[in-house]
Amino acid sequence: MSLTAWLDGIGCLAPGMAGWPAAADLLRGETAYEPAPTALNPPAVLPPAERRRASRLVKAALGVGLEAVAHAGADASKLATVFTSSSGDGHNCHALCEMLASDDRAVSPTRFHNSVHNAAAGYWGIATGAMAPSQVLCAHDASFAAGLLEAMAQAATTNAATLLVSYDAEYPEPIFAKRPVPDAAGVALLLSPRRSDKSLAEMKVSLGETPNTPMNAAALEKLRTGIPAMRALPLLERLACRQAGTVSLEYLAPLSLRVEVAPC
Amino acid sequence: MTPFLLAHFTVTTCLGRGLAAHRAALERAASGLRHCDFETVRLDTWIGEVDGVDDVRLPLALARHDCRNNRLALLGLAADGFEDAVRAAIGKVGKRRFGVILGTSTSGILQTELAYRRRDPATGALPDDFIYPTTHNTYSVAGFVRDYLGLEGPAVVVSTACSSSAKVFAAAARMIECGIIDAALVGGVDSLCLTTLYGFSSLELTSTEPCRPYDANRRGISVGEGAAYALLEKPSGSLDADAILLLGAGESSDAYHMSSPHPDGLGARLAMARALADAGLPPSDIDYINLHGTATPSNDAAEGKAVAALFGDRVPMSSTKGATGHTLGAAGAVEAAISALALRHGFLPGGANTQTPDPAIAIDYLLATRNGGVRRALSNSFGFGGSNCSLVFGRAR
Repeated sequence: MSLTAWLDGIGCLAPGMAGWPAAADLLRGETAYEPAPTALNPPAVLPPAERRRASRLVKAALGVGLEAVAHAGADASKLATVFTSSSGDGHNCHALCEMLASDDRAVSPTRFHNSVHNAAAGYWGIATGAMAPSQVLCAHDASFAAGLLEAMAQAATTNAATLLVSYDAEYPEPIFAKRPVPDAAGVALLLSPRRSDKSLAEMKVSLGETPNTPMNAAALEKLRTGIPAMRALPLLERLACRQAGTVSLEYLAPLSLRVEVAPC
Repeated sequence: MTPFLLAHFTVTTCLGRGLAAHRAALERAASGLRHCDFETVRLDTWIGEVDGVDDVRLPLALARHDCRNNRLALLGLAADGFEDAVRAAIGKVGKRRFGVILGTSTSGILQTELAYRRRDPATGALPDDFIYPTTHNTYSVAGFVRDYLGLEGPAVVVSTACSSSAKVFAAAARMIECGIIDAALVGGVDSLCLTTLYGFSSLELTSTEPCRPYDANRRGISVGEGAAYALLEKPSGSLDADAILLLGAGESSDAYHMSSPHPDGLGARLAMARALADAGLPPSDIDYINLHGTATPSNDAAEGKAVAALFGDRVPMSSTKGATGHTLGAAGAVEAAISALALRHGFLPGGANTQTPDPAIAIDYLLATRNGGVRRALSNSFGFGGSNCSLVFGRAR
C-alpha cells in the first residue's frame, strides 16, 4: 500500500542551513557543511503584537512554511496544513513550570496560550488568513514521518494541496538534560495530488521495515539524529541531487517510512 | 466521506467510569463538578476530577510511562469492556494494520510540574526518576497505548488544544480510507494539571461556580479531565439498527486570534458546514447538537451565532460541559461518546447547571433532558489557536 503525491515546494532551516537553496547546495556537496546556529528571522507576515510573541519554534515553522509556499508560487491563504513537532515551545514550557513550582503561581496569560502544541499553526492562520483545515501532530522522534504520512493521506483523500511543516526547537536546562535537542530546525514540503508544471518530484510513501537511511557525512548524520525534523535529511538529499530512489525515514519501531522519489 | 462504524466506544469523566454512569447522569442532567481541591491548587474554581486516577497502577514493564495522564488512559480503556473489544479487533486485522490516534492537550505535563519542585538545590537538575519521552512528551499517551496493546502499526497524537480528540476521528478516517490501516483506536485523554488550572485562571476564563454553558449569567469554564475512546472500522455486513456511524467531519481554522474565537464564529460555522457537506446532509437532517459550549461569555456567544446562522432555533442542542467540565483535549472524544450514547438510547441530554438561556442567542437550548428520536447528531469542538472540528454521527437506521 503506497500513497502518491507531487512535491511543488520545499522549505528548510537548520543549523548551518539558511534556507532551501543553501541546504540543497551543501546536500549536493557543492559547498562544505559548516555548523552554525540556526538563523531565525521574525516573521514579517505577523501583526506586530504576535511578531513580538513569536517563539523560536514559531519562527522556524513559519519560516520554512512560507519558503515552501513561495518556492511553489502557491497561495498560503488557500492551503490546508499539517504541522508536526516533537514538542511545544521549550523555553515557554520551562518558564511555566518554574513559575508553577514557586510560591507565586501567577502564570502569564500569554505564556499559557503559547503553551499549546498548536501555537505555530495558530500563528500561521493569523499570518496567512488561511481558514483551511490545519492538523497538528506529535510522534516524538517519529514526528516528521508521522506528519508526512498524514499530509500524503490528506492530499490523497481531499484531492487538495497540503503543506507539511515539520519543526523543532530546543528546551533550556533543566529539561535540556533530559531532552537534548541542540537547536531549532524545520522542513516544509508542499504536496499536491496532481502533477503540474510546478512539480519538482513524484513521491510515493509506504510503511516498511527497512533500516533508517543514514547520512554519509558525520556532521549531517549528527544533525539527522539530533533534531527530529532533520530525520527528513535523507529525503532532502535525494531532492537536492534530483536523484531517483528510495529512502527510509525514522518512524515508530519496528516500522520505517519508505519514500520513493522520482524527480520530474 | 463513506460512513465509518464506531464498533465500540466508552467514556470516563467525573460523571463516572463507562457508558452506564454517563447515561444515568445525563438523563437527569446531573453534574459531576466539585470545588477545586486538586493537588496543591488554591483557586476558587470548580473542577471535573475523575475519582481513583491516583490508584491506577501501570504494568511494571510499562512503568516508564507512569504519569497521571497515562493512568487515566488505562482507567478509560478498562471501562465497558473496551480493551477486550480492541484486542479482538487487533486479532482480526493484525498489529501492523491497526492505528492508535489520540488527542491530548497537556499530556503528562503534571509529571514535569511536580519534578520542578524536586530540582537539585545546587545544580537545578531534574530528579533522576523524571522520564521525559514517555510522560511529558505530547506523544506519550499514544506511545503508551500502542505499547500496552502490543501494537506495531501507525500511531500519533493530535494536539490542537480543545479540538484535539475530535480531529482524531477525521485523521483516522483518512488513514483507513487510503488503506494505511484497517481499523483504529481513536480518542482523547487529558488530565488535570497546574498549567491548565492556573493558565485558564490567568486568562480570567475560570468560573467561581460550576460552569453554566449558554446561561445569560455564565462566568467561565470548569476545567475537567477525561478519557474517551472509539473503535473505528469500515462497516461490513448488516448493521444493527442502533449501530453508530461517523457520517462526516469538518475542520477549519479561525485565522483570527490565539485565545479568542472569531466574534461571529466564522471558523466554527465553516467547520459545521464542512461536516454537513462531508456527510452529504442538509442542516435539517440534524436532530441534536452537542455544543462546544465552554461557558465563557465570548465562546458561547460566537458559537451561538454560528449555530443559529446554520440551524436557526429548530434543532435542540446543549453543552454537556456543565456535567463533565471542560475536558480540553479529551472533550472531542468525550462528547462524541455522549452523542453516540444519545443516538443509541434516544435521548437529548439537557445542559446541567444552566438556568436561564442567554436571550441574545436564538437557539433551542435544552434545559432538561428530553426523550425522543435522535437519528443524527452533530458535535462541536473548538480550540485555542483557532482550531475547529465538527463531527456528524448517526444511527444505522
